[in-house]
Amino acid sequence: MLDPAGEATRAAAARLGVDGVRSLRIGKAIELELEAPDQTTAQAQLELLSDRLFANPVIENWQLELLEKAGEQQR
Amino acid sequence: MTIGIVVFPGSNCDRDVRWALEGCVGLPTRFLWHEERDLSGLDAVVIPGGFSYGDYLRCGAIARFAPVLELVRLFAEAGGAVLGICNGFQVLTEMGLLPGALTRNARLHFLCEPTPLSVKPGNCRWLTGYSEAEAIVLPIAHGEGRYQCERAQLAELEANGQVVLRYASNPNGSVGDVAGLTNAGGNVLGLMPHPERACDPLTGGLDGLRLLASLCN
Repeated sequence: MLDPAGEATRAAAARLGVDGVRSLRIGKAIELELEAPDQTTAQAQLELLSDRLFANPVIENWQLELLEKAGEQQR
Repeated sequence: MTIGIVVFPGSNCDRDVRWALEGCVGLPTRFLWHEERDLSGLDAVVIPGGFSYGDYLRCGAIARFAPVLELVRLFAEAGGAVLGICNGFQVLTEMGLLPGALTRNARLHFLCEPTPLSVKPGNCRWLTGYSEAEAIVLPIAHGEGRYQCERAQLAELEANGQVVLRYASNPNGSVGDVAGLTNAGGNVLGLMPHPERACDPLTGGLDGLRLLASLCN
């Protein structure tokens, strides 16, 4: 899907002299702290939030990864 | 007959809609604050334009959870007439009452201009006053009006006659030139142009008047 803000930024990269930017998309980062009794519950709640509130699945994709070392979850 | 007008924090066309319905069409209205839980006595509901809850996250994304919209959903599902204008259209898609989504205009500009449209009324209750393929002009005023949906979804909407308003010269990059959509039952209409701003010759023509007056027919 067309990301007009990403395309405008890609054009600006070329004007800065960096011609090799093949694609550039601009998304969102959401930081949250969540309290939950266990990891399974937290995972389910994050999936619910991602699917029903943070992202509109009609136009946006999301994925949830657990980063073991950092001990935190990120979208 | 009384028309409810939803008011969110950040709505800014609610009073324009009241002026058009009461002053130009002659229908009584009632404002419905976003926490309202009583739709009794209403014959139709309008979700007006503006920036509901600041349009944070995505246009209409937070408004979708407003208490009043739980009742509007039940009202629409029972066949009640619901009109979403501009931000109201965005809210209707976020609620899932209409398919697809409205995204940033293709060339990023906020567009504020009179826009030629073609009407295909089909079974839409809000468009009974217009003829097939009628050309009208309504003002648009939006930064996020680029309609998006899957190709198969668009084909289905077109086959069902649900694409009831199209841009004559697509200003924002919408797929299928979609400016307005109705649901399968024809009782819900969402559109980016502002009919309430075209109800008096002094403020930009009369082409929106028949839309708001359609419920009197």
